[in-house]
Amino acid sequence: MNPRAETATFAKRDESVDWAALRDDFPILRETVNGHPLVYLDNAASSQKPHQVIDAVRRYYEHDNANVHRGIHELSNRATEAYEGARQRVADYLNAGSREEIIFTRGTTEGLNLVANTWALDNLRKGDTILLTEMEHHSNLVPWQILANRIGAKLDFIEVTGDDGQLDLQWLDEQLARARLLSLTHISNTMGTVNPVAEICARARAAGVVTVVDAAQSAGHALVDVQGIDCDFLTFSGHKTCGPTGIGVLYGRRELLDAMPPYQGGGEMILKVGYHDSTFNVAPHKFEAGTPNVAGAVGLHAALDYLDAIGREAIFEHDQRLAKQACERLAEIDGIRIFGPAEGRSGLVSFVLPDAHALDLATMADQKGVALRAGHHCNQPLLAKLGVAATARASFYFYNTEAEVDRFIEVLHGVRKLFV
Amino acid sequence: MANFLDTTVNELVENFEILGDWEERFAYLIELGKKLPSLDESEMVEDNRVHGCQAAVWLKMLPASDSTFDIHADSDAFIVKGLIAVLLMIYNGKTAEQILTDDGTETFAKLGLDRHLSPTRRNGLHSMLSRIKALAAESVVQTV
Repeated sequence: MNPRAETATFAKRDESVDWAALRDDFPILRETVNGHPLVYLDNAASSQKPHQVIDAVRRYYEHDNANVHRGIHELSNRATEAYEGARQRVADYLNAGSREEIIFTRGTTEGLNLVANTWALDNLRKGDTILLTEMEHHSNLVPWQILANRIGAKLDFIEVTGDDGQLDLQWLDEQLARARLLSLTHISNTMGTVNPVAEICARARAAGVVTVVDAAQSAGHALVDVQGIDCDFLTFSGHKTCGPTGIGVLYGRRELLDAMPPYQGGGEMILKVGYHDSTFNVAPHKFEAGTPNVAGAVGLHAALDYLDAIGREAIFEHDQRLAKQACERLAEIDGIRIFGPAEGRSGLVSFVLPDAHALDLATMADQKGVALRAGHHCNQPLLAKLGVAATARASFYFYNTEAEVDRFIEVLHGVRKLFV
Repeated sequence: MANFLDTTVNELVENFEILGDWEERFAYLIELGKKLPSLDESEMVEDNRVHGCQAAVWLKMLPASDSTFDIHADSDAFIVKGLIAVLLMIYNGKTAEQILTDDGTETFAKLGLDRHLSPTRRNGLHSMLSRIKALAAESVVQTV
């Protein structure tokens, strides 16, 4: 591929969006923090919400709120239509085969726990191997540890090569041959690595291994196509995709969902209930016990509309451009350690300064209105492997600007003077 | 340690008042942190580790002959070391009873640092204070 031609396409798509104007859609970006304009660079932890999402949630509560499904009255019908309409919207967003493959959860964490406690608990046996990577968020590690302890399964890990945050795939086929399930992240929240999930899932499929993709960091930032990736499960959180907190999505391949036992028991997930036995509803309802987060689903619907109106390719390019700008400026600092790939990084950068601890930097940056994250990023084993106690992380989204990257770097240099 | 503790809590409060803005106060806190004697590497062990902070924190309390405590603590972050220094000014060389009856809030309020005492802040101050109190309480139980 001609790299110049690629760059030209990039520039055209990126420039076709008026990024600065989008900021006006986000009321919170007008906040001041400690007397300074907010520079919000903690988007990998949670994104901010445009008024379109806030308004949709408010409109739902003001006009349509009722319990979903079995109601005969008008509001229940409206609420059900809103909720099931959101499910269809998510299916379209992920290019799923049907809306029956979309389960609403509280977030990515619940999506992963759901798979661990249904498909995996039902299908894995003592001695089976669950394959993960060394860069997983704790939410894609701890549920598998709990399950493995419970049933006597083993965990195996695709290694991370080092500070560049790449997966070492040279043993992948051997590892897959021993595994029954592979769960991995699409984009690393600590390294910014974009993993080749389609290639990995294809190799897993060839080996008969069921695949789970953690799309928490990718779903709001890039095109995520479950049929293109050809995974069995994929999960993401609404709050990282401009949507509300407390709503998330688990995509599951239809034939797997149909064969799986239910997750939690309660209303909504049953067809017929007796004192000793019940028959369960079909997917996706059998995985959604109790009154669901309807308002959250409505807000998520509005968020996905909002992101697609901008264009996810353009968003990804914008995020990458800001991360590249930040990386170039950070690289000018003597002795800095920057994590993640040199090329193709997503919109975030983790680093360790030679003089100031990440917590010192984040505390002082907060005094200047710049929101950074400091710590282990729910990735303790990886940081331990790399010999780092904590990193500072700046993570960008489409409403961040080049001027904010400049401000972040300026603040960082100011803070460093206090520590040298 | 002796030189370092020459600054009393009252002097610290005065110094903080002289320093007008937040940046100067934090700079001062960082300077205090830099002056805090480091723990020996052999003391930076899990038993002495205080969790609940985004930085690493270690804390030890040794009983002195006059039933007071020598507190030693360290962190890999300077601001946390600065907060440790303030804690030591309040609690070092005090008896268990004195430690248990002073919750530190008055001093931290005077310093304008009270919001950093909240358990929701991940700077470890709240966890360190809890550890100091727990160790003091433990010694009271043991001597009863």
